Amino acid sequence: MNEVFIQATNLTVTYGSEPVLVEVDLEVAEGDLLGIVGPSGSGKSTLLKALLGSVAPLSGQVERRAGLTVGLVPQVEHIDWSFPVTVAECVGMARARGWRTPWITRSERAEICEITERLGLGGLEGRHIRDLSGGQQQRVFLARALFTDAKVIFLDEPTSGLDVRTRHEVLHLLGELNEQGLTIVLTTHDLNGIAAHLPRIVCLNTTVIGEGSPNEVLIPDVLERTYGSPMRVLEHGGMRVVVDSPLFLLDEKSA
Amino acid sequence: MSGGAVLAIDFLKPFEFEFFRNGIIVATLAGALCGVVGSYVVLRNMSYIGHGLSHAIFGGYAVAGLLGINLFLGAGAWGLLAALTIGAIVRSRPIGSDAAIGVVTTAAFAFGLVIVQIYGSNGPNADALLFGNVLGVTLADVWLIIGVSICALAFIFLGYRQLLFTTFDAEVAKATGVNTGLIDGLLMVLLSATVISTMNVLGVTLIAASLVVPAVVARMLTDSFPRMLILAGVIGAVSGFVGMNASYHLDVASGPTIVLTSAVFFIVAFAAGVPLRRRIGVAHGAH
Ligand SMILES: Nc1ncnc2c1ncn2[C@@H]1O[C@H](COP(=O)(O)OP(=O)(O)OP(=O)(O)O)[C@@H](O)[C@H]1O
Ligand SMILES: [Mg+2]
Repeated sequence: MNEVFIQATNLTVTYGSEPVLVEVDLEVAEGDLLGIVGPSGSGKSTLLKALLGSVAPLSGQVERRAGLTVGLVPQVEHIDWSFPVTVAECVGMARARGWRTPWITRSERAEICEITERLGLGGLEGRHIRDLSGGQQQRVFLARALFTDAKVIFLDEPTSGLDVRTRHEVLHLLGELNEQGLTIVLTTHDLNGIAAHLPRIVCLNTTVIGEGSPNEVLIPDVLERTYGSPMRVLEHGGMRVVVDSPLFLLDEKSA
Repeated sequence: MSGGAVLAIDFLKPFEFEFFRNGIIVATLAGALCGVVGSYVVLRNMSYIGHGLSHAIFGGYAVAGLLGINLFLGAGAWGLLAALTIGAIVRSRPIGSDAAIGVVTTAAFAFGLVIVQIYGSNGPNADALLFGNVLGVTLADVWLIIGVSICALAFIFLGYRQLLFTTFDAEVAKATGVNTGLIDGLLMVLLSATVISTMNVLGVTLIAASLVVPAVVARMLTDSFPRMLILAGVIGAVSGFVGMNASYHLDVASGPTIVLTSAVFFIVAFAAGVPLRRRIGVAHGAH
């Protein structure tokens, strides 16, 4: 059994009087590659923040293994793209705890270049973060999280706004990092492109509706309770394909 | 004598006076300090805070004068209280930072005005405080601003990455283990100290511009954060130096001349736009 890194028990989070998460139990163990899916506003980002400890729960608790470093790749909508940082500066700021030189040291620069090289950002270190493609921007923030030496990385919608190919690249990269021992938790809206390829999925809508492998979770009953509308699941070449309701309704009519 | 020599003598003449030498030191350091601290303020979209804080601190002067306590301590405590209140309100997010600044600092200013009107002022000359006056600069002011500048440099040097991370992306910084509350608090302390130590030459009404304009000009010239900090400091220092000289020769208050000098930088940067960025060699791609 792998070591448990983060354990949430009976977690309830509210903003004001509005309950956003209710009695959520979740375990993140070493080597996990976990996807959190759910409709917009279902509390995915909030759950990540609660697991990180940046949002305090109303009740229940989050236990993190002592000394565990967690990196976070924020939702791109939350990033200030006009802020004056280059790729190297953005990655470099991540090592901020304790005493650090203001400038990026030579050995740190080598490390940053190694990471950017590995993420396909080689040669872009001096670019402003706004002057990159969507996929590159996403990877800059992944690079920043990796540079913290984090054991666990949280990604909030790492593939939103990316085309199919770039999405596959990001997914592939995350799979690779996971194989090398990195624990990854991500949220996504993309059931077929991302969630179906992950070993473990949590369906969230204020509370955990279902948890397990895609085969266990991507089933009409769980999806309907998660998204609040009927969905059809097709088998296609051994893969599950979720078809959402408009198409489903059309189908019904023509049938 | 040639015209050039006359001009040079005319330019050097005020340097014979100790008050002017003090004024030049304070103005140059004030410009640099405001430029650097202002960079953080502008990047947090809190441009308006300088304006608000200087007014709040003006209120603090009035109250301190009345109570007969040390003006700097009184005004400093008052400004810091206002700054921390704003920070706390913004963090708990019932309203935006501009609104929080507006409410807290105008109230602090108004309180000072009421005190002055009821009891009269024992504090320094109100005009000098409002618009800046080189004659008001004492040796104590010189040491004060040197001290604040050293503290600012030390804070930015020691906490550079934490400050940058918190300014850019407070939520992730906090998640990564940066004590963002402490960093925010210290930045507010530094901002208050900056306003108090530069108030004599810049004036309450014009400090905001000294915090904002050099930072904005620097931002227009570079996409790199450390370069922006340095450029803002240099632009602020040059504005302070040139503006203080202009203030003497034109016989007007120092605050406006310093701000107008930095405004010239802004106009040049704005007019030159992208070509200038290219020349400095830091621009990448179009916008
Ligand atoms: N800082 C906040 N203050 C008050 N309410 C908030 C705050 N952040 C989020 N909420 C509310 O909490 C609920 C869950 O938000 P959250 O961002 O966790 O959803 P999400 O599942 O990540 O959505 P999306 O898929 O759109 O990113 C929403 O109803 C949202 O309005
Ligand atoms: Mg979200």
